[in-house]
Amino acid sequence: MGFSLKKLASGLLKTKENLVSKIKAAVGLHKKIDGALLDEIEEILISSDISVETSTAIIANLKEKVAQRGIDNSDEVFQLLRECLKDLFVDISTEPFFACNKKPYVIMIVGVNGTGKTTSIAKIARRFVNDGKKVTIAAADTFRAAAIDQLAIWADRVGCHLVKGQEGGDAAAVAYDSVQSAIARGDDVVIIDTAGRLHTKTNLMEELSKVKRVIKKAMPDAPHRTLLVLDGTTGQNALQQVEVFKKMLDIDGIIITKLDGTAKGGAVFSIVERYKLPVVLIGIGEQMDDLDEFKAHDFVEALFT
Amino acid sequence: MFDTLSEKLEGVFKTLRGHGKLTEQNIKDSLKEVRRALLEADVNFKVVKQFVANVEAKASGQETLRSISPGEQVVKVVHDELIAVLGGQNAPIAFRSTPGKLLVCGLQGSGKTTLCAKIALHYKKKNARPLMVAADIYRPAAVKQLQVLGKQIDVPVFHVDKKPPQICEDAVEYARANNLHPVIFDTAGRLHIDTELMDELRNIKSKINPDEILLVADAMTGQDAVNVATQFNETLDLTGVVLTKLDGDARGGAALSIRQVTGKPLKLVSVGEKLSDLEVFYPERMASRILGMGDIVSLVEKAQETIDVKEAEKLEKKLRKDTLTLEDFYQQLQQLKKMGSLESILKMIPGVSSAIRDVQIDESSMKRVEAIILSMTPDERAKPTILNGSRRARIAAGSGTSVQEVNRLLRQFEQMQKMIKQMRGGKFNKKMMPGLFPG
Repeated sequence: MGFSLKKLASGLLKTKENLVSKIKAAVGLHKKIDGALLDEIEEILISSDISVETSTAIIANLKEKVAQRGIDNSDEVFQLLRECLKDLFVDISTEPFFACNKKPYVIMIVGVNGTGKTTSIAKIARRFVNDGKKVTIAAADTFRAAAIDQLAIWADRVGCHLVKGQEGGDAAAVAYDSVQSAIARGDDVVIIDTAGRLHTKTNLMEELSKVKRVIKKAMPDAPHRTLLVLDGTTGQNALQQVEVFKKMLDIDGIIITKLDGTAKGGAVFSIVERYKLPVVLIGIGEQMDDLDEFKAHDFVEALFT
Repeated sequence: MFDTLSEKLEGVFKTLRGHGKLTEQNIKDSLKEVRRALLEADVNFKVVKQFVANVEAKASGQETLRSISPGEQVVKVVHDELIAVLGGQNAPIAFRSTPGKLLVCGLQGSGKTTLCAKIALHYKKKNARPLMVAADIYRPAAVKQLQVLGKQIDVPVFHVDKKPPQICEDAVEYARANNLHPVIFDTAGRLHIDTELMDELRNIKSKINPDEILLVADAMTGQDAVNVATQFNETLDLTGVVLTKLDGDARGGAALSIRQVTGKPLKLVSVGEKLSDLEVFYPERMASRILGMGDIVSLVEKAQETIDVKEAEKLEKKLRKDTLTLEDFYQQLQQLKKMGSLESILKMIPGVSSAIRDVQIDESSMKRVEAIILSMTPDERAKPTILNGSRRARIAAGSGTSVQEVNRLLRQFEQMQKMIKQMRGGKFNKKMMPGLFPG
């Protein structure tokens, strides 16, 4: 499915204004494609929270294309850049997220504090419920005060099962129970919430990999998706988060939230360029249907048209 | 992932060492690296531009100093300028009235609720009677979260089933009637572009007239920090900013951006998951962090705060007489623990931070050592020589470890005693004491 282009464009309006309008303005000021123009474009990319490294790589690709095609008129840079950005996504898997080809389809959600894990889970669960699926949510964030209550309220609103433990209890046990009970009930989807933790806390990261190992005891090929939730307003640190979570947990996809609140939706490009990890879902608003599948083509189009 | 600015500049200046003056060209080369370093630290690019221009003006024409390399010299100029922009001096929280009123606001997920509890705990420790006000009626269980935290630190939480401005107004009355001070208002996270909710904040402000209005900003925030801070400041005329999640590895360039565009001081920093993990903001430390230079000042201060001078003197005497026991060793461990996790201590040492990025520090090995020592009798701790096989087996069972681990600890301890014997000849330096723990 994914967002309609119109909705995407309005959710990404700020990024669009920041990134694309500025590039257009820069192109307008230079007649020819030269070092100065490319420097300016690179700076605009960086100012959109695209990492310094990725910006350099994009510009290198752009230069190559310019040379190959013997272009020197600056007007065409705009189209070339659009291509360059799409190029980043070429080798990235695009398995549909909501397809749900396992039963139960087990999704583990991880991330640093305050990125929007719990809210995202509510939105994902609602989507599955609307598709006629039976959903179990596991409140395995046993650390943050009232995290379980927050998820319980959501489970109630969305209409799905909730498996919870005690505050301060064992997260892995909650995750295990949730998968087991979902199997017993014949539920289609299990979504496991975990406590936010900074990627620099080694022991807390260890705990997460334990949760993942224990899930496998309940269902050997689970979790089928281990997704990292990134806050769209995070800057260059987003890459460090991906790096550590990937190493410790072998995450296979990213959810980027709060993209509507930032003029700098550039993290998407850096993650894909550097880690070849798919961005699975993006959040562009506070409404329940404001989280949906990420489509690279549409994303770039929404920005550039 | 990032090299420190100092390392990069070393590269730029490698060929230039020995030149008498910082020339225009080598300043230009180095400023390119400075610019990049700041961008990588999430400083807003506009702020970077202005900042770099200032540095250029200050650096040009400076005589190179014999004692340091030109690279270091540019770093120093950058560092000094950073400190100047970040605030020069720290700005304490100030209450004009009783009860003092402190309003906390920010984006979703920046850490407002936890911060409220941290601030409340801070005042409670100073024997004040704080009150927390739960005015986030939107996020599910947000009120409950504050109530749970309130219970943890034994601070009352005010909430009534009304609109946020009304809740806040009632809370002030409640505080006055019950003689509570200061009052800390937790508000819902909101996007700076959400006009309706920004109006609500303005409304709260006019109802309660707060002494402090603090914007809570995630240290990991990227380029957009500028827009967020500008909007909140325009709406509320902030009195200060709090940076959270500084226990992560973000450079925190947002601090510089926010300070630059709002002109409002950074007041506090939040540095951990524990409710006591709240510190005053120090510009020098933040400057070092943004440049990736480590934070030796914090480390020294932490050591001074936590290491008990009397204990240290007692230990020094013992060391001189060569009577170090396992009991002393245990005390030493406790002192070290008070300074925080081993990892956080190491991170503060310049140069170490990048070196240990990938090293896993096993905090639990320290716990095992503790458990082993605690499973010994006082006699055994004083005279480890009496530890025969059966005693060792008992200790291993008692501490949940293995005899091998007990043996290893005893071996390390023996080596330490030998080392101390060697040291006794020379002067014993108090500062070396935290190093007693065999890493």
